[in-house]
Amino acid sequence: MALTLTQMRYVNKAFWRNPASAFFTFALPLMFLVIFTALLGAGQVLVGGRVVHLSTYYVAAMASFGLITACYNNIAISLTFQRDTGVLKRTNGTPLPAAAYFGARVLHALLVSVVLVALTAAFGKAAYHAEVPSGATLARFAVMLVIGAATFCALGFAITAVIPNADAAAPIVYASILPLLFLSGIFIPIGDNAPAWIHWTARVFPVKHFVDGLRAGFLGTTFHWSDVLVVAAWGLAGLLLAIRYFSWQPRT
Amino acid sequence: MVDVISVDTARSAYAVEVRALAKSYGSVPAVVGVDLRIGHGAVVALLGPNGAGKTTTVEILEGYRRRDSGEVAVLGLDPGRQRAQLKPRIGIVLQSTGVDRYLTVAETISMYSGYYPHPRPVDDVIDLVGLTGKRNSRVVRLSGGQQRRLDVAIALAGDPELLFLDEPTTGFDPSARHEAWQVVRNLAELGKTVLLTTHYMDEAQHLADRVAIIAAGRIVAEGTPATLAGRDVARPHVRYRLPAATPPPTDLGGQPTPDGFVELAPRDLTQALHQLTGWAIEHGVTLDDLQIVRPSLEDVYLQLTGDPAAATVDATAPLTPGKPG
Repeated sequence: MALTLTQMRYVNKAFWRNPASAFFTFALPLMFLVIFTALLGAGQVLVGGRVVHLSTYYVAAMASFGLITACYNNIAISLTFQRDTGVLKRTNGTPLPAAAYFGARVLHALLVSVVLVALTAAFGKAAYHAEVPSGATLARFAVMLVIGAATFCALGFAITAVIPNADAAAPIVYASILPLLFLSGIFIPIGDNAPAWIHWTARVFPVKHFVDGLRAGFLGTTFHWSDVLVVAAWGLAGLLLAIRYFSWQPRT
Repeated sequence: MVDVISVDTARSAYAVEVRALAKSYGSVPAVVGVDLRIGHGAVVALLGPNGAGKTTTVEILEGYRRRDSGEVAVLGLDPGRQRAQLKPRIGIVLQSTGVDRYLTVAETISMYSGYYPHPRPVDDVIDLVGLTGKRNSRVVRLSGGQQRRLDVAIALAGDPELLFLDEPTTGFDPSARHEAWQVVRNLAELGKTVLLTTHYMDEAQHLADRVAIIAAGRIVAEGTPATLAGRDVARPHVRYRLPAATPPPTDLGGQPTPDGFVELAPRDLTQALHQLTGWAIEHGVTLDDLQIVRPSLEDVYLQLTGDPAAATVDATAPLTPGKPG
């Protein structure tokens, strides 16, 4: 455990010194929040039988988007890069346990996610008077956040198995996540009156369940523990696939 | 695979002991029976052309690849089954390298030190590889040679007994190579056992106590750089050039060579030289470019690795230099 924490500190140092990773992770969700709210913020959408202001809707959506980027995208892309440049192979030749290496990545992604969600919520509250979870809602919100972060990290580890090389990492990661982000109402609000097939498709994948869970914290809609279970099931599947197919060496 | 000779892992006199190691990728054999012994504290170079099986052999010893058959003991441990116990005791410099580019030299080495039970002090490691001036530079700002030295530093961080250096200087300019060689010599002075692979003759000659030549998946010769494949006992050749239209002395023999020399391999060198120079003085002939040559390490290497048939040459037999082949 001490080894995991020490390792996480180095991951953190490297993360903040890489301007691209820090920018994409933190600035992008906030930038999107400002843009979407400026364009559509005056509107309303029907979610779970409640009328919700789009500004609040987007605070929840961008917090989710930020977390998914920090966990799934960041881990998949940076791990593929590390695999291809031989960092992983070198690490695999040292006594560092694999669990400590992966644990450090997950902990770091979780840490970044918490900061990111807090930042988005604070910005939303200050600029758009968005509601921010508190009390029991906050506790449920935190559970979904932690399970969600762990799941998207596990899926990030798993997807590297089908990424042939570092050049292909970003395209494959975005191709796999962007459609789900749209289907799950991250960018374009999906209210109760959206086409049924969109609801049904989105329901299979973890993104919508995760977003619904976080949204419940912001919008006061009903929190379903089943959402947490579906997300966790995806996380477990990702973890098992990662354990089976993860490669420490370049795939070429 | 049944092998009657089992390696006594507990009391191995060797840092590395390999017997009849074999490994194929699909139907393509990469290593077809490597035997190798490396004493504690020795610097051994595994020399061979690309595709000869160097990296496969070394990566099996490091635990990265699994062998198909054969016996392998590294520091008395089986890298296939006891990799976790082996890892803290070895240092590995891989052919293709990678480190986090945003950490500094000192941070990188501290990070890796933290993985080992008995690390070497970080500043000690930095001094050893000559990166003291770059201690607080980010890795991304190091030159190629400096990055390679950082690779060695990382491999040294855990104060290993045995170091693997896979082609440590490939792609280096001459000054960077000499710097890297100095680092390897420092390791030897610390008493570390070093197994390095290379395809540079001079590297093997400068660094190694012993050289093993690998070709087509097996060791074809093994010995000190000076005596490898009987270099030291091979009959020396005398070469000289005569002025135009001067016939060579009839009683000495010798063959004309394409580059305009006369070449002979006398049984008694002293006698032959005396005869030759005596003849020259007597006839008032100037002997241009009089040379006495022995097969270089490169000659030996080329002969042993040049064609597949050479792989079956008896490695202990003295070579006959100058022979076509």
